[in-house]
Amino acid sequence: MSFQIDFGTEKSPIVGIDLGTTNSLVAVMELTGPRILSGIVPSVVSVKESGEVIAGAEAGDMLLTHPERTVYSVKRLMGRGVEDVQEELKLFPFHIAGGSESTIKLKLGEKTFTPPEVSAHILRKLKLDAEAELGVPITQAVITVPAYFNDAQRQATKDAGRIAGLEVLRLVNEPTAAALAYGLDKRKEGIVAVYDFGGGTFDISILRLHDGIFEVLATNGDTHLGGDDIDNLMLKIALEDIASEWGFDVSTKSAAVQLLRRAVISAKEQLSFVPAAKIDLAYDGKTYQREITRELFDKLVTPVINRTLGPCRDCIDDAGVSVAEINEVVMVGGSTRIPLVRGAVEVLFRKRPHTELNPDEVVALGAAVQAGILSGDVEDKLLLDVTPLSLGIETMGGLVSKLIHRNSTIPASATEQFTTAVDGQRNVLIHVVQGERELVKDCRSLARFDLKDIAPMTAGFARIEVRFLIDANGILSVTARDQRSGREHSVEIKPSYGLTDDQVEAMILESFDKAEEDFSERQLREARVEADAILAATDKAKQNDAYFELGEDERASIERGINELLVVYHGDDHLLVRAKIDQLNEATQTLAENMMNTAVRGALKGTNING
Amino acid sequence: MRFYEAFDLEPALSLDADDLKKRFYERSRLWHPDKFSRASPAEQEKALEMTAVLNDAFRTLRDPVSRAEYFLKEKGFELSKEAPPELLEEVFELNMALEELREGDDSMRPQLMEARDRFIAMRDSIDESLTEAGARGALEEVRALLNRRRYIRNLIREVENVLPN
Repeated sequence: MSFQIDFGTEKSPIVGIDLGTTNSLVAVMELTGPRILSGIVPSVVSVKESGEVIAGAEAGDMLLTHPERTVYSVKRLMGRGVEDVQEELKLFPFHIAGGSESTIKLKLGEKTFTPPEVSAHILRKLKLDAEAELGVPITQAVITVPAYFNDAQRQATKDAGRIAGLEVLRLVNEPTAAALAYGLDKRKEGIVAVYDFGGGTFDISILRLHDGIFEVLATNGDTHLGGDDIDNLMLKIALEDIASEWGFDVSTKSAAVQLLRRAVISAKEQLSFVPAAKIDLAYDGKTYQREITRELFDKLVTPVINRTLGPCRDCIDDAGVSVAEINEVVMVGGSTRIPLVRGAVEVLFRKRPHTELNPDEVVALGAAVQAGILSGDVEDKLLLDVTPLSLGIETMGGLVSKLIHRNSTIPASATEQFTTAVDGQRNVLIHVVQGERELVKDCRSLARFDLKDIAPMTAGFARIEVRFLIDANGILSVTARDQRSGREHSVEIKPSYGLTDDQVEAMILESFDKAEEDFSERQLREARVEADAILAATDKAKQNDAYFELGEDERASIERGINELLVVYHGDDHLLVRAKIDQLNEATQTLAENMMNTAVRGALKGTNING
Repeated sequence: MRFYEAFDLEPALSLDADDLKKRFYERSRLWHPDKFSRASPAEQEKALEMTAVLNDAFRTLRDPVSRAEYFLKEKGFELSKEAPPELLEEVFELNMALEELREGDDSMRPQLMEARDRFIAMRDSIDESLTEAGARGALEEVRALLNRRRYIRNLIREVENVLPN
């Protein structure tokens, strides 16, 4: 009579998540292929006055009413320090509440959050949506990141997953994920370029597809370039207009700016399809309207688009292919809907790009395919990705000695020997950086590794072998071995940006305290709601004539059903509650049928809510 | 030699590029960490380790120059960082020209571009000799060529740093 999911034997699926600058999505791999679950979740987080934290569309609305308690585009802050984001702060209404060189703290209402905590709220929303749709707990995920994300940005994304209660089995580069979704069809072979221009990041990747292997040849990009930048250019024009028309500057009024931002985005989106669009604003009894033509828009975005072309050319060079050898160009990310972007890509690659895939969904779909590869459900595909940035260590005079070059297939490793410079020296400090420049100051500091407790000896006598390993997520780990003793040597890690392990642990604990109940609690609550319904309906039915027409045995089994359901009702096993609901359903079946037969329909309606 | 072992190959200066690539893909399919995401931590660790070495090995062996450098190093040959004596005079002149250009003397530009082209031609000719000497197994010769090549490569890089296209 009722449909029951077998929670005991069903293996929880690994979901694929596209954690985007503007929007996020969750997808899952099914027999028929990857499928998007629920809908697009705007990457917006807001704190209600009650203190409740919300994410998604509801938070998006809060952006208009409570901009000071709401944050968007937080991806731009992931893995960065306060010093890094000064440019960003001029354009985005981030409310920075101090923090340190290595991490940022955002103020939302009365609370402060690090960027990974904000992202964790978006992830948790996706997790809950997926659980609601699939009816099983979700604990493992593949999350996508821009290919050009550095180590700290990747680590921050992984931290966000952990805080949200997700084991992040793999970080996959967004363009690579798109290629996976695109090339799922086994017949696809050859060289493919993926041009991924999203809300806040730009990536270009060139891959070779061969017999189910997706081999990334090279990648390049800009982690701070996207549709956001176009919005800001249009916003600036509109704000200047308004200042001269209205005689006062509204750029300090957050609510007005957010309303205007929404109008600007709407105009931008329309301009992909029509030759002119209007920016409309009604605020504080005043109205503003301005038409933007495609011509003006194109002029505005040309410099932004041009910034994507340099990385494309470098990527083609690094991949060691010629433009003619590239068989196909795949477009990903909402900004590739702009006709001028498509035109520029067509000119550069000398072929018409593929735009038939939904540019908003393809990354999440690809993440689900990668999840299928990890679970073993997809057997014939394999992704060989690369590290986007060279890894090096600081040597004398502030120079960088490169150990692992950019575009090396990951996992990748390198080994270096270290020794002491003075007699009796007890530790050696290794400064690891990421980037292509020759001077340390021009690269991104990753971490400082301290080789401690070196036995005192003559200078240059110690032999410590240090191994740098970049894993399949693009994240670095370092191990050291004392070659004289053959023993593991202890390494103390001080990440330059981001959270320490202890900080993440503390946030996980805190999120458990404050987050909604976990999956089994929610299941239990839902089971109890159903139990309430059937108990109430049964109670009512017992007053019905049909009840007294039942045989003694049937009445007894209904009584037993009620009592047994009541016994498990306050336990904590939702499966048991559901089993007893089923049992009572079964016991009341004849009664229900009789009641319907005697045209007392509906009295037992509540018993059927789960079937 | 570890990098050759990763491919089940006998150490040799010359390799069949297609065969190497085929072995790389075969082994990637078997060892990649993606194939072990539900295995024990120890197995995961091993898969990560083996794949990292496989990738490092492929990167090193597929390029004839890095392969030769690796091969010689493993055979106990030292690669020096000294300037090859026959190039000293040229290097001296080049450094002067670079210095003057850095100080803003643009008249040096044609001379530097010419030097760059000359060095690139030298490098290409060394690459040919490398293949040839490698095929003969003439290790001393290979070592001399590698030393010269490395030095010339640095010169090209230096010139290119001050001569943006």
